[in-house]
Amino acid sequence: MSTLTSLLAGLVFGLGLVISGMTNPAKVLGFLDIFGRWDPAMAFVMAGALLVGTIAFHVAGKRTRAILGAPISLPTARDIDRRLVLGSLAFGIGWGLAGYCPGPVITSLATGGGKPWIFFVAMLAGMAIFELFERRKA
Amino acid sequence: MSAYYAPLIGGIMIGLGAAMLLLLNGRIAGISGILGGLLGQAFARQPGSGSDAGWRIAFLAGLVAAPLLYGIFIALPAAQVDASVGTLVVAGLMVGLGTRYASGCTSGHGICGLSRFSPRSLAATVTFMAAGFATVAVVRGLP
Repeated sequence: MSTLTSLLAGLVFGLGLVISGMTNPAKVLGFLDIFGRWDPAMAFVMAGALLVGTIAFHVAGKRTRAILGAPISLPTARDIDRRLVLGSLAFGIGWGLAGYCPGPVITSLATGGGKPWIFFVAMLAGMAIFELFERRKA
Repeated sequence: MSAYYAPLIGGIMIGLGAAMLLLLNGRIAGISGILGGLLGQAFARQPGSGSDAGWRIAFLAGLVAAPLLYGIFIALPAAQVDASVGTLVVAGLMVGLGTRYASGCTSGHGICGLSRFSPRSLAATVTFMAAGFATVAVVRGLP
């Protein structure tokens, strides 16, 4: 049951990415081009998502368990450290270079041709490098 | 104004997807974390450690299937990728590494984190947005 609801949640999330225009890198880069010909459309995506998200997290905050019974697992990290800032910097530069972030590129895999795959495989490689570094440290 | 209806409706649906995963499954819809967690489990491979790969794979499958379902009813909106193969490789590597070190991306920090008023996610979101603005400004030439 929890696998089915997760699939449905992914489907709704993915449909939102398609409808919003987030799966179009040119549109995303137009939003990031604030010093040039800025296209504010993607700010409306954020507004819509935060509107629903804020309500959902408010409701979740009053519960200890999800509707299907699993505990609600929220992130516990609170510190704003070097890893967070440098990681976000690298992510933002990559996002600004290609116009893809993780959700939209995965949503483009079946229908977007070869380019999303190139980005996706490179992204997996980046995540794998992170795992290797973390494991060597441990 | 009508140009902003689709982004707004799409955004609301993104929020709904995140709300479903949170309230039904108790999980955060952070895409880099869902995918990276899967990858981490593949690297760990310790027998007996409780694997939670099922919901992760299901959510990602939903993302992949979404445009296929959409395309049955309506023609998919155009997607234009201007980046070269080399740029895509560099950008992909940076997004993969960066989101894992930062423990989140546009969805995990930008949507879920801001929705629960996390100062840590606000710091991450401000940082990656600023980096995105600066990168596009440099690539397209400063005014």
